[in-house]
Amino acid sequence: MSTPDLTVDNHPAPGVTPTPTEPGGPGSAEPPRRKANAPRRPGQGRAGKILLGLLAWFVGLLFVSPLLWMLLTSLHAETDASTNPPSYFAPLTLESFVNFFGGGNGANPWPFLINSAVAAIVSTLIVLVLSTMAAYSLAIRRIERWSDVLFFLLSTKMLPMVAGLLPVYLVAKSFGILDTWLLLIIIYSAMNMPIAVWMMRSFLAEVPVEVLEAAELDGARLPRVFLQILLPLTAPGLAATALICFIFSWNELLFATVLTSTAASTAPVFLTSFVTSQGLFLSQVCAASLIISVPVLVAGIAAQDKLVQGLSMGAVK
Amino acid sequence: MSAPAAERASQPIMPPKPRAKDRWLKRAPMLPALIFVILVTQIPFAITIIISFMNWNAAYPDDISFGTVQNYVTVFTDANLLKAVIVTVGLTVGVVLASALLGLGIALLLDRKFIGRGFVRTLMITPFLVVPVAAALLFKHAIFNPSYGLINGLLTTMFGENAPQPDLMTSNPLLGIGIVLVWQWTPFMMLIMLAGLQSRPMDVYEAALVDGAGPWQTFRFITLPHLRRYIELAALLGTIYIVQNFDMVFTMTSGGLGTATLPYVIYQEFFVAQDYGVASAVGVIVVIASLITATFALRTASTLLKEENS
Repeated sequence: MSTPDLTVDNHPAPGVTPTPTEPGGPGSAEPPRRKANAPRRPGQGRAGKILLGLLAWFVGLLFVSPLLWMLLTSLHAETDASTNPPSYFAPLTLESFVNFFGGGNGANPWPFLINSAVAAIVSTLIVLVLSTMAAYSLAIRRIERWSDVLFFLLSTKMLPMVAGLLPVYLVAKSFGILDTWLLLIIIYSAMNMPIAVWMMRSFLAEVPVEVLEAAELDGARLPRVFLQILLPLTAPGLAATALICFIFSWNELLFATVLTSTAASTAPVFLTSFVTSQGLFLSQVCAASLIISVPVLVAGIAAQDKLVQGLSMGAVK
Repeated sequence: MSAPAAERASQPIMPPKPRAKDRWLKRAPMLPALIFVILVTQIPFAITIIISFMNWNAAYPDDISFGTVQNYVTVFTDANLLKAVIVTVGLTVGVVLASALLGLGIALLLDRKFIGRGFVRTLMITPFLVVPVAAALLFKHAIFNPSYGLINGLLTTMFGENAPQPDLMTSNPLLGIGIVLVWQWTPFMMLIMLAGLQSRPMDVYEAALVDGAGPWQTFRFITLPHLRRYIELAALLGTIYIVQNFDMVFTMTSGGLGTATLPYVIYQEFFVAQDYGVASAVGVIVVIASLITATFALRTASTLLKEENS
């Protein structure tokens, strides 16, 4: 992911032509080149620019350094991982990863990883279908008071779900679905639905009206309009929505802790019990943390251009 | 980047029809999602309100009754719960302020052209993409641990045997939790601020330059006013996410040493103490506090949406 272009898809306002010298608008406080006669600012010289570039690199590396330390520690043998001063240059080994997957210290991680994957993927699929349908009513064939519906959904996201934890537990218990995939899928679908509706609404609203009008004139029915026009045009948005829902479901800890015990327990729950049940194996803890974070890292880096839109529920593009 | 950039105002393709049946047909695609969300996330709140007025401890199943405000009395007179409120507010405000300021600074750095900018941006995002439990474990054990954590290890490497060996998770565990949260949430703040910076109209800057404005003046009178709403949005969304945070406290301290936040207290009352009434009363209070915050957040979000549609 080394694209130097920072453009986060830029939609110019109608009537505002983007400045031709700034394609995509990655603006910076520096003056445009062609204004050579304009007064140069103090402190904006070549050296200053290079220094600020280096500072940006330094900050980026500083933020990623805990992650690099996690990787390095996971690649060290247990005896090298917990020394003081640290054995920075100890020989690398995959021992901890082998132990982690082989259940060398007790628990087998696969059931937990599979539970997490099922809960996250199935709930994401449900959310995609329902949220796209809802977004159609809110962005394309707009119902009356569509913005009230949007803001109602947003407000549900602002109330802490923890306050509904007990009723959810009691109801699930009476239905006999505690510790099942079904329960997690229901909870995660509802948890991500508002964000997904907001995101899909903003993506569907970007579809040009003319395209839809032309299809209507051709007498295309809704399923065809949907499959042949809307889906291809919103595919990147749909993918970003899916990745963000996946990330939130995969990360979730509170409901998974309370509502599952053995059969449907997820990877984050496994991670919290990993340390307490087996004492501390620093290298293996790092390996486990890394493995469980990999799906989110991959999904997030793949969706990075739409990440901000999803997290701000479409308010920022 | 919606602030000034608006999408084309898409009009409904068909004029709205007055008949009730058609109106419901039109609403039909939206209903499954809406009903599902209400059933799973809103109905439980209603039940929580009812339980909060019940005397219900799971340890005493024969002693359940309705119609008491005792739970609220307990909540408001319990020193621990008052402390949890203070901890939650303090932690949230501290983390939001620190990560918003850092995020703004880093966004300004990343808004400039330099070699490898896209790569550095990707590096900056990664802390946000570590599973929160994994981040908590990493910092607690591999970085803050007094005997073999990275920080004390680096101190020993640099200053030798007699280097100071602080134990953050014992001396100030709340700060430790705060650091991990700031590490994870700064990228979020940075992304929103960066989107704001990149939506600035460039002609204003050219005009300012021609008028001889210095970099500080440009920042103070053009960049900052333009960014104001993005900063508000970042801070409010950050507040919504961080105030609900449970993972860090659960994983790093299990609520010990004065780090129990409100979400953790609800979990504890319900799961450990099994006092359903008190847990629900705390839940109701948290929901009311969230509603107040949410009102401000919704106002900000709705101004952004209005601009988008104007």
